[in-house]
Amino acid sequence: MKLKRPSDLKKARKAIRLRYDPEKTCVTVCCGTGCIASGARNVAESFRKNIDKRGLRPRVNLRITGCHGFCERGPLVVIYPRRIFYQRVRVEDVKEIISQTILKGEIIERLLYVDPTTGKKIICEDDIPFYKKQKRLIFGNNGRIDPTKISYYIALDGYTALAKVLYRMNPQQVINEIKRSGLRGRGGAGFPTGVKWELCRQQKEKPKYIICNADEGDPGAFMDRSLLEGNPHSVLEGMIIGAYAIGAKEGYIYVRNEYPLAIKHLQIALKQAQDWGLLGKNILGTNFSFKIKINRGAGAFVCGEESALMASIEGKIGEPQPRPPFPAESGLWEKPTNINNVKTWANVSLIINKGAKWYSRIGTKTSKGTMIFSLVGKINNTGLVEVPMGISLRKMVYEIGGGIPNGKKFKAVQTGGPSGGCIPARLIDLPVDYEKLTEAGSMMGSGGMVVMDEDTCMVNVAKYFLSFTRDESCGKCTPCREGIKRMYEILDDITKGKGKESDLKLLKELAEIVKDSSLCGLGQTAPNPVLTTLKYFRDEYLAHIKDRRCPAGVCQDLIRYSVIKENCIGCQLCNKVCPTKAISGKKKEPQRIDQKKCIKCGACLEACKFEAIRVE
Amino acid sequence: MIKLTIDDKKIQVEEGTTLLEVAQKLGIEIPTLCHHQALKPYGACRVCLVEVIKGSRVGLVASCTYPAEEGLVARTDTKRVKRARRLSIELLLARCPTSEKVRELALELEVKKTRFKEEEEECILCGLCVRVCEEMIGKSAISFVNRGADREVTTPFKIESSECIGCGACAYLCPTGVIKIEDVIKYRRLDFWNTKLELKKCKICGRYFIPLVELEYLKDKIKSFEEIELPEEALEVCPRCRRKILSDKAKEFIGG
Amino acid sequence: MRKIDRIIERNKKEKGGLVPLLQDIMREYGYLPEGTLKRIAQKLDIPLSRVYGLATFYKSFSLTPRGRHLISVCLGTACHVRGAPRIVEKIERDLGIKAGETTKDLKFTLETVNCLGACALGPLIVIDEKYYGRLNSTKMDKVLKDYLKR
Repeated sequence: MKLKRPSDLKKARKAIRLRYDPEKTCVTVCCGTGCIASGARNVAESFRKNIDKRGLRPRVNLRITGCHGFCERGPLVVIYPRRIFYQRVRVEDVKEIISQTILKGEIIERLLYVDPTTGKKIICEDDIPFYKKQKRLIFGNNGRIDPTKISYYIALDGYTALAKVLYRMNPQQVINEIKRSGLRGRGGAGFPTGVKWELCRQQKEKPKYIICNADEGDPGAFMDRSLLEGNPHSVLEGMIIGAYAIGAKEGYIYVRNEYPLAIKHLQIALKQAQDWGLLGKNILGTNFSFKIKINRGAGAFVCGEESALMASIEGKIGEPQPRPPFPAESGLWEKPTNINNVKTWANVSLIINKGAKWYSRIGTKTSKGTMIFSLVGKINNTGLVEVPMGISLRKMVYEIGGGIPNGKKFKAVQTGGPSGGCIPARLIDLPVDYEKLTEAGSMMGSGGMVVMDEDTCMVNVAKYFLSFTRDESCGKCTPCREGIKRMYEILDDITKGKGKESDLKLLKELAEIVKDSSLCGLGQTAPNPVLTTLKYFRDEYLAHIKDRRCPAGVCQDLIRYSVIKENCIGCQLCNKVCPTKAISGKKKEPQRIDQKKCIKCGACLEACKFEAIRVE
Repeated sequence: MIKLTIDDKKIQVEEGTTLLEVAQKLGIEIPTLCHHQALKPYGACRVCLVEVIKGSRVGLVASCTYPAEEGLVARTDTKRVKRARRLSIELLLARCPTSEKVRELALELEVKKTRFKEEEEECILCGLCVRVCEEMIGKSAISFVNRGADREVTTPFKIESSECIGCGACAYLCPTGVIKIEDVIKYRRLDFWNTKLELKKCKICGRYFIPLVELEYLKDKIKSFEEIELPEEALEVCPRCRRKILSDKAKEFIGG
Repeated sequence: MRKIDRIIERNKKEKGGLVPLLQDIMREYGYLPEGTLKRIAQKLDIPLSRVYGLATFYKSFSLTPRGRHLISVCLGTACHVRGAPRIVEKIERDLGIKAGETTKDLKFTLETVNCLGACALGPLIVIDEKYYGRLNSTKMDKVLKDYLKR
């Protein structure tokens, strides 16, 4: 069915809504990648079989949705209309859920979420602190729609913004609206989106291209994937509106190759949008036409950098180009190109629907709207969270994230991936927006937020990021290729107890100059993890260098494992797991570790149930 | 025309001129390693960095790629510029401690030794060889392979190239001299490219003088220039004999 | 028409289709054979050096055959701080290969990936698209032994 005018869309929406009785029981199973990894597909399949087997189809709907964000507790099942929230659901639980909850309305206590601070069990999804403190404008619909069916998106006012734009606004008005909203690029650098669009619109050269950057490469960040998997049309609608405003006829979505499900859902969404007349020729009956192609990345972090990304689409190696010219002047195939991140595109329809004024009231003075973060690492509630810009780190870590596991001490938050920095515990009241993060030496990046506790070695973390950027640098310019390698070398020496105090000065000099003189964003930001750890955790560096000691007990060359005699009962479990047979002793007697044989793999520590292994 | 200022010197240049070219016009010396006027600007070595002041923004840019802009103010002699250039050359010196050219430039920039562990590379990855082979010769026999710290220039699969014509343009431009060409009896050896090419024997003196594949390449090239009419045999003799024939002819002509 | 030529033809029409083309070859053969790259260069009339440069630049391309089981260890930041490096070391030790290598019997290929985006389950590995999460060396031992038996 092709929609030819806004009224067609309205009629279609009405018809869809009639079909979905909100009072009817509906089981939703989260099938985002996180939950799938925990076994959600089998749970969903079991629901389908059991609902069919018991002839419940007329009374019960089953909906496979995208990521709800609370990956820590997956697989997640939410039962509508009461929004009963079951977590860590297994296939074995399905029959019981059907017979108890769906048929009798009874709650299964053991599947409920327990608030770790109050110890209370929570029934309804909305009451869980993890969700309660969020503001889920972009991400909220993920849990409500089946991303493989456009009708769900349309039922939730999908594509109204597009209809409004095509019939009631001219391109300049769209750009003005986006400019007024204060929306800034969600890919990291935070360039004002409306200004970027305008620059591209003003170019005389044709054709123009728009690109959705979905090459989400920051380790520990997966919100772009979850949006594409869970609500692909929200991204497409933003792109179509952007194309109309800029005057582009063709668009590309460059998706990371590691995201097969996102690619699949995008393909389905493209096809359906086309079938409905929302994409392709004469969109919604107007003379505006626009098509979108999907390009898969091939495994290169640097392709998240826009000029490298475009080179990759052109079939070349992902080597960044110097600017000027900027993509708006000369981008893909040397034509004017506008490139935005997934989340940026997803914000567009929201702004058009609710107005720039409404949108600009959310957030801080310079950073408007919400931001989706992936809260990961040493945190109780791993997952994706959407919060207004300006929220404090404390709220993120403790109220939404539920604090640090196992009563450990919070040490730092790493934001912005390999381009960002480590923010120490003492800055926990820092409001999170573009400027504040930059001032602290980090950056927003694409929204990764990795929490670190007392067991995390900050020198090791800096080394980790540099080993990442060393491998991911394209290798074109000297400071990035050689400089990162040398910083890594120095850090490696320090973690092996071979560091000198003068290394810190050299490291800082290297970091500052590589940042200042590299060709592209990768090299210009790669030193951030070094600079911030040097600034905030200098004492840890010094402990490695002067005392040959790793305070967090991570750096293998600086630690040794030994048995605490008083605690060891001689169960010999450590003995069994030791790969080098370094542990010996008689049964029921304290064991001994032969330091010469020990490779410090930590298997004994992990295996010991009596806290009888010490790390020094 | 575009007006701009470098090191307090004002100048007007045509649009599209790079800052490096502007500086050259002004007689301001800027060191370069990856730049060659016949090739497209690349911006990789970063020893040509200059400081650009644009409104409130001050930043380092590669002068070889940055275009002249109206009202732009640039400086080539600030502390920041020197510091950045020095580090880049120091990093290259650590990579290629034996390279003449790198040592020379390092000394010029007052870098006496490197603080980093010395490696034994001889290639600084400036890419002149790759670019000349692609842009000027049109052969693309070599390319950058791998990435990051593992980047190198080599032939496909690191084996003998089927595209290389042995013209030696790469060796000619190579700043470190690591690419060498050597004629050994009837073969031209380009060891850096793992390539050995058979040479053509001069019809007259019997010396081997040009790789057969290069000869074919030249014949094709000549065909495409309509205005030049060169008898094909002209390429069958070595340059020395060719000159001799020409001078003999000239003598004959003058004498007759 | 040969299979490889069909794949080339399919991708030929697309502007800049070299990356998707190599991706299709990877999916078909599990790696990029030398002869295939030569064929591509010849059929598309582009320099072989460009194809080779591309094939060595991107991490998802491999020039050598891969093992029957592909073990991908996530080395994302979240997994890293939760102890993923030790998981890699363990697998390397047990299989006698380094990350990026394939066992001699072509049974396993071990690779590390930057982030699988399932951080809640870290440390995490994927073997042939099956996820194994919240790993420690004891759990890893069981998983590996299971595959070694196959």
